[in-house]
Amino acid sequence: MSVTRRDFLKNSAAVAAAGAVGISIPKEAQAEAAKAESDWRWDKAACRFCGTGCGIMLATKEGKIVAVKGDPAAPVNRGLNCIKGYFNAKIMYGADRLKTPLLRVNDKGEFDKKGQFKPVSWKRAFDEMEVHIKKALKASGPEGVAVFASGQYTVMEGYAAQKMMKGGFRSNAIDPNARHCMASAVVGFYQTFGIDEPSGCYDDIELTDTVVSWGSNMAEMHPILWSRVTDRKLSNPDKVKVINISTYRHRTSDLADIEIIFSPSTDLALWNYVAREIVMRDDAEKIIDWEFVKKHMVFAASPTNIGYGMRRAGEKSLKDGKYSALEMETIDKEMEKKVSAKEAPALAPYGLKEGDTMKHNPGTLKHWEISFEEYKKSLEPYTLEYTAKITKGDPNEDIEEYKKKLQALADLYIEKGRKVVSFWTMGMNQHTRGTWVNTLAYNVHFMLNKQAKPGSGAFSLTGQPSACGTAREVGTFCHRLPADMMVKNPKHRKITENGWKIPAGTLNPVGNQHIMKIHRDIEDGVVKFAWVNVCNPYQDSASATHWIKAAREMDNFIVTSDGYPGISAKVSDLVLPSAMIYEKWGAYGNAERRTQHWRQQVLPVGDSMSDTWQWVELSKRFTVKDLWGEYTLRNKKVLPDVIADAKKMGYTEDTTMYDILFANEKAKSYKVDTTKFPQEGYDNTECNGDSRNVAGSDGEVFKGYGFMIHEYLFEEYAEFGRGHGHDLAPFEVYHKVRGLKWPVVDGKETQWRFNVKYDPYAAKANPDGDFAFYGTLAKALAQGDLKGIKDKKKKPLPNKAKIYARPYMDPPEMPDEKYDMWLCTGRVLEHWHSGTMTMRVPELYRAVPEALCYMNPKDAKEKGFKNGELIWVDSRRGKVKVRVETRGRNRPSQGLVFVPWFDEKVFINKVCLDATCPMSKQTDFKKCAVKLYKV
Amino acid sequence: MIPDKQKDSRVKKEVKKVQITPRRRFLTSVAQGTGLGVMGGLLWAGYAEKAKGSTLTLRPPAALEEKDFLRTCIKCGLCAEACLHRESNIDKDTLKPRPATLKMAKAQDDATIGTPFFVPTDVPCYMCEDIPCVPVCPTGALDPSLVTNEQDELDFTMMDMGIAVVDPNSCIAFWGIQCDACYRACPLLDEAIKLEYGRNERTGKHAFLKPVVEMDICTGCGLCEKACVTEKPAIFIQPRELALGKPGDHYVKGWDQKDQKRVASQTGKDMTTKTQRSEEKVEDYLNSEVSYE
Repeated sequence: MSVTRRDFLKNSAAVAAAGAVGISIPKEAQAEAAKAESDWRWDKAACRFCGTGCGIMLATKEGKIVAVKGDPAAPVNRGLNCIKGYFNAKIMYGADRLKTPLLRVNDKGEFDKKGQFKPVSWKRAFDEMEVHIKKALKASGPEGVAVFASGQYTVMEGYAAQKMMKGGFRSNAIDPNARHCMASAVVGFYQTFGIDEPSGCYDDIELTDTVVSWGSNMAEMHPILWSRVTDRKLSNPDKVKVINISTYRHRTSDLADIEIIFSPSTDLALWNYVAREIVMRDDAEKIIDWEFVKKHMVFAASPTNIGYGMRRAGEKSLKDGKYSALEMETIDKEMEKKVSAKEAPALAPYGLKEGDTMKHNPGTLKHWEISFEEYKKSLEPYTLEYTAKITKGDPNEDIEEYKKKLQALADLYIEKGRKVVSFWTMGMNQHTRGTWVNTLAYNVHFMLNKQAKPGSGAFSLTGQPSACGTAREVGTFCHRLPADMMVKNPKHRKITENGWKIPAGTLNPVGNQHIMKIHRDIEDGVVKFAWVNVCNPYQDSASATHWIKAAREMDNFIVTSDGYPGISAKVSDLVLPSAMIYEKWGAYGNAERRTQHWRQQVLPVGDSMSDTWQWVELSKRFTVKDLWGEYTLRNKKVLPDVIADAKKMGYTEDTTMYDILFANEKAKSYKVDTTKFPQEGYDNTECNGDSRNVAGSDGEVFKGYGFMIHEYLFEEYAEFGRGHGHDLAPFEVYHKVRGLKWPVVDGKETQWRFNVKYDPYAAKANPDGDFAFYGTLAKALAQGDLKGIKDKKKKPLPNKAKIYARPYMDPPEMPDEKYDMWLCTGRVLEHWHSGTMTMRVPELYRAVPEALCYMNPKDAKEKGFKNGELIWVDSRRGKVKVRVETRGRNRPSQGLVFVPWFDEKVFINKVCLDATCPMSKQTDFKKCAVKLYKV
Repeated sequence: MIPDKQKDSRVKKEVKKVQITPRRRFLTSVAQGTGLGVMGGLLWAGYAEKAKGSTLTLRPPAALEEKDFLRTCIKCGLCAEACLHRESNIDKDTLKPRPATLKMAKAQDDATIGTPFFVPTDVPCYMCEDIPCVPVCPTGALDPSLVTNEQDELDFTMMDMGIAVVDPNSCIAFWGIQCDACYRACPLLDEAIKLEYGRNERTGKHAFLKPVVEMDICTGCGLCEKACVTEKPAIFIQPRELALGKPGDHYVKGWDQKDQKRVASQTGKDMTTKTQRSEEKVEDYLNSEVSYE
């Protein structure tokens, strides 16, 4: 029988698909492949880069990673990659890999802050760290020792770091670069659901009818997810709609049916406009799913006078005059500001009018329950007229055309039966009202009952590969403990102390040293020792000049662990060479709650060692008596002396933190067994040492800990979440599967949380219902109205989520006559963050060798700039020289420029403002005011 | 949308003589004087006859066709000088010029010695708005009229150094990798290089985003070739003569209103077609009899 061409195509597609999900491939074909690559070893891993979490396969030959392929069995990417993923095999082999510790020394070889970097032994490096940590503890107590942590830590590294910091040093001054990236999303989750991380998963893309991108350039920042969105669009181009909502035109507009360019910060008004349409049209059209809302929702409000997370009056460096008069023009708004004409209508329901002075208190998470009627009042200002007037971001766009787009947007959300996913990334998170705008997204989805359902939901896309898996789930934030526990909650501290076998009262209840606070505490002279792990805080933090100056000129000791030298290493006193991703065992957790593990593929380059090893070695230098005496914190709270209790637990004054936190009995029960899966055939430097025979922290050849520390750290961490809605599978299972989305209950992953049909925890909480928002944080509220609390008595709201009244407000710095342009910063597809890895891949470097200033051609013409010409981008804080690009991938409307931050030679964070969302403490890198002029 | 314009050099429409501003006229005549004075036109022209031009050579914008260019170019180097010293070529750190796009061929280069050319993988053409390399040409080897639009403005979109060609076997976007580095690097983004979307049947949930070059828009600047992330670029610039075929002038795409422009040079003067079959004189053919044995 003849086979038609169509049949043939169908068959080959089926065969390919079979291969993709790991179904049998003909024996002969397999044998051929094996023969051709007999000296190649392929093993699975996760991509090093973004929060998408693509699965890859790595080929090792002669001790080096020689090739990479997309993992056809990985559900996220099914064998595909973006161009960063394509180069995973090349990221570890840059010519300038750090290979040995480097210390600033004088001619005599002594440490000297003004000295030159010279190679030193690991032993010397730890000697110096020990001395300077002890000095810092003496000067400032636990608050004087800080860590710049990371959303790119492996799960185990993050856990080891936080255990030593919080359990050992009793310092909560550990905060990840994920603070810059996801903190607003996190507080949004906590405030709305009472538990962190998205309800949906990537399968929503294939199931939805509508993708609305809010402040997210998915096309460049999540390319594999974008290719899934594209495929969904192609599958039904008429039905499936894509909407791109942004402050400037970028590649995500390519596919969009509607593009809405809004004025920075007014996304708050856009969300409230959509909510208003829902509420105002409801009487006639029965839009709100009242049954769902009444069963599962409460309405809430919170204070509006919360400032902008900048430095506050009275702080030491402000008093010392370290901030210029120009800088103070903006910083003064932290204390008070006048209500502007633009925001006055939005603030009217809260009792404010134009010209009123708003006195700001520091940011607070406080909120209270209000009635639906009060919530409705908060939406009244967002008429089409007002919303269009304040939100239209392209001055050259016709307002009537723009209004039509807003209406179309509301119509798509509201349309009965239409499934809608709202995606966002940094645009909504890096925002002085980031927490607010995150919660506003859920409002719309909740009222329409389009949340936590297949194909519908508001979904925060994560930037970093393990911002979810490590920073958030392990809890390497200053205020967090593992698995959604909080340092300020006595019960949570107790659970953690028990789990860690440390005395009650060891843990510090004050967790306020977030990333910007650590920088500011260094500038104020409080933090005397800071350690940079898997991040580049001296390039990635706004108002950068201040922090660099403080690091270089003040009495402190800064250490950077990294694979390559970058700005942070350059301003440090000690640089430690770190093993990079595939040179160690590890695990990452992506944006859809998928945990993925990999094994050590190769030995680290030079004498570099993993961050886990560095933390564990450091722990050998500190004993019970060094760390567990009494301390008085800045706020006069006393951390008790727990040495006596430690002794009762069987420790002595001289027991090291190594013995307590890392090499305890439980740890030793995880055996090294190189004859069994998954250890068989793979290097394990921490556990067994390796053939490099690196001289370790005691000067002797490091021979390994002798127990399976990776499994121990993972399992101990996982114990905190199991049974609490955060269940992870056993260590070994992850080495057999392509990741699993937690909670993993009875071996099964969870696609849609809070939905009784899919989430066993929801089913347990509400067996006869349809949803249960079972998160436990802030689940009892006082009662009040938009202006404040009226009845302090707290009413519980088990299994309910919250819809918040939150207004549009101006950001603290907006263009004016002196600084007439908005500056927005971000990434480009080709480079990862500060470029430490991707700028070493020749092809990626060649593709995008420098950061450009993307600008509207009309602005360039008016200012007399030619394409390619060098200009200054100048703010109240600093300036950088950058080349004008009027034809590039990003096409701002008049009045806004975009500059990516990957290029240390275009050090744009010297220009950016370190204002944050006052609730989440996440910096707003997306808006400040600049002026532009020729070099 | 795509600007309505004519790019094909073979059928370039007549361009009005450029209205040269007094300032530009002054600069040009100074340049011409200098060029001729310094280089000594005749001597160099003689030398050029010996060195053979390569058809692979990419010439500056607005260069005449290769044969005419070689006859006209006096190898004065003014175009390369202008390229080197343009405002947009200053290095951020040193504030000195970076290597220029245009180079003057040396003995080892694959171009007639002394003539200007560029290699996109070294330095592509950044398509300056004011096209500084062209008006300085003293001989018209670089002809401003070729990059002057109907408003008598220099128009970088009319440049025509060559055309980008994609090798679909080595282009990783054709494998399904999310790359598009060339697309994003293109100064006529989404015009000269577009993305062709297609579903990836193998994965069942991803899309191909493949680069497609619009031959009428592409100027051959080479920014795509420079940005291509494959080891040897999978998108590269070739002179049009080399890279492109030519469909017949007798057929116009019925589905494309603009296609008639492509055949604008078609005349009715001599439409005679010839094949071996038609070579024979009618009478000879008819008189040659048909065998019926």
